[in-house]
Amino acid sequence: MIRKHESLPKSSDLVIIGGGPTGMAAAVAAAKSGLQIVLLDEGEAPGGQIYRDVERSTPTRQKILGSDYTAGEELAAQLRASDACYIPKSTVWNISSDRLIDYSIGGSSYQLQANFVLVATGAVERPSPIVGWTKPGVTNAGALQILLKSAGIVEESAILAGSGPLLWLVGSQMVAAGSPPVAIVETTPGGRIQSALPHIAGALRGYRYLRKGFSLIRKVRSAGVPVYSAASNLRVMGDKEATGLQFSSKGKVHKLSSRNVALHQGVVPNPQITRLLGCEHRWDEMQRCFRPVTNERGLTSVENVYVAGDGAGVLGAVSAALQGRLAALDIAAKLGKIRPERPNRLEAGLKKDGAIRPFLETLYAPAPEFILPADDITVCRCEEITAGAVRSAVQLGALGPNQVKSYLRSGMGPCQGRVCGLVVSAIIAGHRDVSMDECGYFRIRPPLKPLSLEELAGFEPLEKPEP
Amino acid sequence: MATRIDEAGEGVSFTFEGHRIEARSGDTVASALAAAGQRHLRDSVVSGEPRGHFCMMGTCFDCLLVIDGKPNVQACRTNVRNGMKVRRQKGLESGE
Repeated sequence: MIRKHESLPKSSDLVIIGGGPTGMAAAVAAAKSGLQIVLLDEGEAPGGQIYRDVERSTPTRQKILGSDYTAGEELAAQLRASDACYIPKSTVWNISSDRLIDYSIGGSSYQLQANFVLVATGAVERPSPIVGWTKPGVTNAGALQILLKSAGIVEESAILAGSGPLLWLVGSQMVAAGSPPVAIVETTPGGRIQSALPHIAGALRGYRYLRKGFSLIRKVRSAGVPVYSAASNLRVMGDKEATGLQFSSKGKVHKLSSRNVALHQGVVPNPQITRLLGCEHRWDEMQRCFRPVTNERGLTSVENVYVAGDGAGVLGAVSAALQGRLAALDIAAKLGKIRPERPNRLEAGLKKDGAIRPFLETLYAPAPEFILPADDITVCRCEEITAGAVRSAVQLGALGPNQVKSYLRSGMGPCQGRVCGLVVSAIIAGHRDVSMDECGYFRIRPPLKPLSLEELAGFEPLEKPEP
Repeated sequence: MATRIDEAGEGVSFTFEGHRIEARSGDTVASALAAAGQRHLRDSVVSGEPRGHFCMMGTCFDCLLVIDGKPNVQACRTNVRNGMKVRRQKGLESGE
């Protein structure tokens, strides 16, 4: 059900933030258990990014994007059929520690009191800083997929550069769409297969994913797309716009022409809401990112706040849905709606689905030049701060991301660290030779997205009941 | 350049920097401009260097445009509407 603004709910047993596989699966499971659910989704329609616009997908797009994408249709249909109150186009901009949620729809703000919150805001792409990456024409690889999913638009003659399965997925989809990339420039350093071999048992358990991966690589290569391996020293060519990519591979310097360079170094949890709420986070060396600390049901260190899906740690869409259901059932049991039971099948499903991850994470971990970019590379895109400037600030005594933020403004721009957070922390930790946990991350403050003063002025908070 | 592999929804038109852009309903302003070959969306706040869309998912804030007089609008999070007047955002802007 989509409510009119006058009848927006003021409270709910469970508020889920995010309309991707986690949020959809959790909403359906929770509604089935008899919980009141509100799902706040920034998107126009359910699906998040991975199943973006799946409800209105055309046969042409479905054929290109494949069954891993169309699997989202079923979840979206279940959400629509459920008793969950689905509120699209809503942007959460603040949550208090007692779970009072401030959100914005179409220029007006509203408040909603949640008994439980499930953060299901998924992942963002890892920063991939290279010389010239701020020029028009340079995008994330995920952006090409979103263009295809949401609008049936495919970039022509693109270069895909980076490391990770998404590179091959996007490449094969572009081949299928009749617009193969100019090249795949793989930055995965040589010798990685050997490093990943200790995890081969898990990879074999996840043989379906392995098989799919090989099939994607085969599709791209057999379409005649040149593949460059162990590429390094990437720089975008061009003055006002991207005109191509220069890189070294196997001892030679290559210059490829293209007006679209799509970068990818994997995906990482989107930390804005868990950080805003003050949840405890810990550095995960295997996934090379911070993850919120949770129990096995997704409960964070903050009372009644859960996180599930890629926002808890990147495991992909299938695991995301399983985790969403697990969290929803845990909350339903706490509220006495269902008998607490060990959800053995869900747990077994998670173990199986996640088995291949250590192998993939080791194989495709970013090369050092992306973790610790050279001095002249812009790392904070919003404020145009270079890696060298961050290092100089550390020399001057700015020992953590928040001090560096005060010195340089990195992290103060509109993206609030969504793009640069991890790389700024890594540079500081690297320069000081301390652990990522010791270095920490930007403090995240409301509003999570820009609000006009007009909207804030017109905002009527919920009345607190008289004590 | 970018091409459309299908034409879903209905035709929608809006203007960008005074030029008419043909789009489809369901496009975001960012996708429609990408399809129209318009890559330069704004001039950055710090150096005035040209920027275009980057993440397409509302994370990077590089696709900020002035839409119907309102600045700092994420083009990738805004659906196209007939008659929208869109222009590049130059540096820091705070409403007309």
